[in-house]
Amino acid sequence: MISDIVAIIRDYWLLLLIGQYPNGPLGGLAATLMLSVLAIAFAFPVSIALALARLSKSPFLNWPVTALVYFTRGVPLLMLILWGYFLVPLVTGANVPAFLTMLVTLVVYQGAFLSEVVRGGIVALGHGQMEAARALGHSYLGAMRYVILPQALYNVIPSIISVFVATIKDTTLGYVINVPDLTFAASQINNQLLTQPFQVFFILAAVYYVICWSLSRVAVLTERRITRRRAGTAPQPTAKSLKLAALTDQPS
Amino acid sequence: MTSFDLSEILGNPEYVSMLVLGIEMTFIVAIGSWLLAMTLALLLLGLRYAPGPAGNAFVTAYVSYHRNVPTLVQLMLWYFGIFTLMPEGLTFWLNDHNAEATFAVIGLGLCQAAYFSEDLRSGMRAVSPGQMEAARALGHGYVSAMRYVMLPQGVRNALPALINHSVSLFKNSSLAVAIGVAELTYAVKEIENLSFRTFESYLLVTVLYLVFSLMIMAGGAYIARKADPMRSGRA
Repeated sequence: MISDIVAIIRDYWLLLLIGQYPNGPLGGLAATLMLSVLAIAFAFPVSIALALARLSKSPFLNWPVTALVYFTRGVPLLMLILWGYFLVPLVTGANVPAFLTMLVTLVVYQGAFLSEVVRGGIVALGHGQMEAARALGHSYLGAMRYVILPQALYNVIPSIISVFVATIKDTTLGYVINVPDLTFAASQINNQLLTQPFQVFFILAAVYYVICWSLSRVAVLTERRITRRRAGTAPQPTAKSLKLAALTDQPS
Repeated sequence: MTSFDLSEILGNPEYVSMLVLGIEMTFIVAIGSWLLAMTLALLLLGLRYAPGPAGNAFVTAYVSYHRNVPTLVQLMLWYFGIFTLMPEGLTFWLNDHNAEATFAVIGLGLCQAAYFSEDLRSGMRAVSPGQMEAARALGHGYVSAMRYVMLPQGVRNALPALINHSVSLFKNSSLAVAIGVAELTYAVKEIENLSFRTFESYLLVTVLYLVFSLMIMAGGAYIARKADPMRSGRA
């Protein structure tokens, strides 16, 4: 069993790492990581905009974003990917690679989740900060930019890392529209070998485990560091904070 | 491009019956794995509190694996991997009894149990230790104090998280399509293939998922409100 696993890694490590590249699109682990990093990089500014819109008093900003958040919380990502697969080429009118479709879908999906994280960070700061900043002559947006967001975003760094881990796990769903990622590479290997499915998928699970476990550790350590720096002001877990934690920590 | 027409799907008895079967299978997978997950989660929670380091270490490893490996990969490992290693008699029996759905329930249930048990543990940790001491001082045994004093409060604290994760379990039942379970997402792909009505069929199933998820959220919020002693005036 173990020798089988070693043999598979020896024969197929390049396919697992970069897919068919340079003879085809970039795939394997490299594509998985690139997809996740790009998705979070684009989702981050989107999420701040969504969070500010959801906190705004104007119903024209507030309602559509609330609807979007409930929509992404209530509809399976798989269904959104199918929508993306159907809509993105229809809107752009071009033959779009599956990688790009998946990226757009992930930005929308994780953007909505991340916006709840950012909103939670802003709300957790309390009214005092905003009132003090306004009293000192900042405008609403100025206070957000220079006083509220720097503190709120710093406090939610661990949750942002959790969302990043969730994104890495979510990229596996690209499998249904043939995004050439790590899962796709593993199932290609499985189709070639045919006789060792357990060994192949065991390797796949192990690779994901190592990556996501390391990042989760980073999140835990960052959280400890932040709690220490905020010593004395760090709130005890409450029903509300548990609810937020559950939102950022989604199985996928 | 043909114009938007939902009756093309809802007026066709064949498609409607595919939808109904899909909904049925989605609920079988979701409810089956929820029950499995909740049972396991309570067992894992018990192991956490068991004397000695072994139980705690086991639960930590269990939770770590199920949280850091994508659910889809876990399902694939079960269905494509572990299934083939099982003894032949069991394989035949499972193939006769919808092996895909069985493994979807096992895979999703085991995965979700890790999340549920962590929710319960955070909920329990938010209960002040004084509660336990007070219960013991009043003559409760350890188990009885757990049962009547700690758990009710812990579960109540964990309710919002449990509800969120129940919704995500329901959503994740769609992953079962990857191992060939004929649930709602499978049905929509079939209907789309047969009818060429992509927009209508996706819209219909998206609305169905959304309505069921919102119903779970609303039901959960109702239970959380009922369980809140500050509101129901039992405290």
